[in-house]
Amino acid sequence: MSRIVVHGLEKSYGDARVLERVNVTAEAGEFLSLVGASGCGKSTFLRILLGQEQQSSGVVIVGDGPIVPEPTPQRGIVFQRYSVFPHLTAIQNLLLVEDFRSGGPFGRVFGARRRNARQEAEAMLARVGLAHARDLYPASLSGGMLQRLAIAQTLLGRPQILLLDEPFGALDPGIRVEMHDLLTELWTEHGMTVVMVTHDIGEAFKLGTRVLVFDKVRHDPQFPSAYGATITYDLKLDRKTRASSHHLAKVAAMVGTTRPETAMATTAS
Amino acid sequence: MLAKEMSARDEVSETGGEGTARPSPPRPKVRLRMINAKVSRGSALFFGGLPFLFVAIAYLAASAQRLAVNPSDKLLPSPVQMWSAFLDLATVPDKRSGDLILWVDTYASLIRLFAGVGVATFAALSLGIAIGFIPRVRAFLLPFVTVVCVIPPLALLPILFIALGLGETAKITLIAVGVAPVMVRDIANRVRELPPELVAKAQTLGGNSWTMVLRLVLPQVMPRLITCVRLALGPAWLFLIAAEAIASTEGLGYRIFLVRRYLSMDVILPYVAWITLLAVITDWLLVRLSRAVSPWAHPVEAR
Ligand SMILES: Nc1ncnc2c1ncn2[C@@H]1O[C@H](COP(=O)(O)OP(=O)(O)O)[C@@H](O)[C@H]1O
Ligand SMILES: [Mg+2]
Repeated sequence: MSRIVVHGLEKSYGDARVLERVNVTAEAGEFLSLVGASGCGKSTFLRILLGQEQQSSGVVIVGDGPIVPEPTPQRGIVFQRYSVFPHLTAIQNLLLVEDFRSGGPFGRVFGARRRNARQEAEAMLARVGLAHARDLYPASLSGGMLQRLAIAQTLLGRPQILLLDEPFGALDPGIRVEMHDLLTELWTEHGMTVVMVTHDIGEAFKLGTRVLVFDKVRHDPQFPSAYGATITYDLKLDRKTRASSHHLAKVAAMVGTTRPETAMATTAS
Repeated sequence: MLAKEMSARDEVSETGGEGTARPSPPRPKVRLRMINAKVSRGSALFFGGLPFLFVAIAYLAASAQRLAVNPSDKLLPSPVQMWSAFLDLATVPDKRSGDLILWVDTYASLIRLFAGVGVATFAALSLGIAIGFIPRVRAFLLPFVTVVCVIPPLALLPILFIALGLGETAKITLIAVGVAPVMVRDIANRVRELPPELVAKAQTLGGNSWTMVLRLVLPQVMPRLITCVRLALGPAWLFLIAAEAIASTEGLGYRIFLVRRYLSMDVILPYVAWITLLAVITDWLLVRLSRAVSPWAHPVEAR
């Protein structure tokens, strides 16, 4: 629902440069899959889009103007861990969204507004298949259920952009396929722009409309952290490229982790 | 195959004794590491009680020995003597004032203790959250709190008595000043340790600083706050008894130091036991409170 423009972005921690010369434009409604070797700065890039951290230099435009340098409801996030509030039950986690939105002095909505919020929360809970877990605390939910709840909570915030940092990285393969279906459906229903970091190349090809590879192009053997990663490969996916084992193998070789055959199987699932 | 089964059955009938209908499942006999050996409920009770039993027996033996030599010995009174002295204080009105001394002392001390710890708890909650959550407040107050933390509170006692008089205010202030700084720092640290993911997520859901304090920070630090109070009660009792010993007209600490002049161990020992009992009950109540307020932080343990 909102476009993202990143131009000349650079990010350093002290002397260590993590990202450099990152340029990318995502149209509204696109689904970007970000892949790259572990530690190359994908999460950092996502945290900058979230507003949790600021770029060292460069321009980031989200929607109509420069990015607000703090997290806002414009951008929703699902992390791999710590994605829901452990002190609230499943339904309370969803009700919290309306309470936060109201911003009142009690941090809570009352009366008709609360009843509406409850209805919406119950519907969302059923939508992600957690109606039976309504009154459970996150500590007693499985990994898959936690991520369902996290996605539901984030969507209730009605973000224009959904950021996902390895959201399914800790899940079993079977559960992962279920989550892929759920995410694809929700993305079709809500039509928001999605940026997803994943280490699973099959997942990147299966879900994304575009795959971006982060990698270092410059190396200094004396001082490995002198140069940062940038986007080295930007592939628009249509039905042909998605099914092409050639592209998949190429990306897999760049990232250098996943075996192409397993990735192929994931994409087909 | 058959032979194996036969021999297995033989073993069972050997260990299980003749006539037992259902042999218990064979358990491999392995010596576990010390850290893995489980303690059953019964033996936990037994071993937990042993030190108490040991101290009691040692006391009774020593007391009986001294009393046998000198029946008017005051140093190690017998349980009967202690009980009657305690009962006197609890049920017989004092000749001069007409008060039931034990209850007057207990009431006075508990009011001071809870007032002091209450003030400290409130400070820990408000200042701790502000320091932990808001960078500007942290820059403003953290150095000060850190310095205050290392002042020995008992060194402040004369100052408090001079500045605030010998009344209740000085004693309550001593307790509050004695335990609050550590509590404030602990809560501030706990707030800073909140996963940044949770704080970021709350902001993406539209939380502002105040609603995040109410709905995220406060419930998250509640279990830690109660633990803090439990830990603070130890020093709080110390400061209470010190303050009462120096300037007071009633209170548990006052009484102990008063009767010390007459070597009244038959009062002092029951009073110490009474203070211990009060402390144990308070602690137990706080644990229950934590379970009631933050059920999520106390998942049911698998049995
Ligand atoms: N707050 C930080 N301070 C210093 N270095 C950091 C910080 N956050 C990340 N880094 C460094 O930035 C690099 C990229 O990290 P990250 O974005 O988490 O990688 P990825 O998500 O691609 O695995 C890592 O080398 C990491 O050590
Ligand atoms: Mg990462």
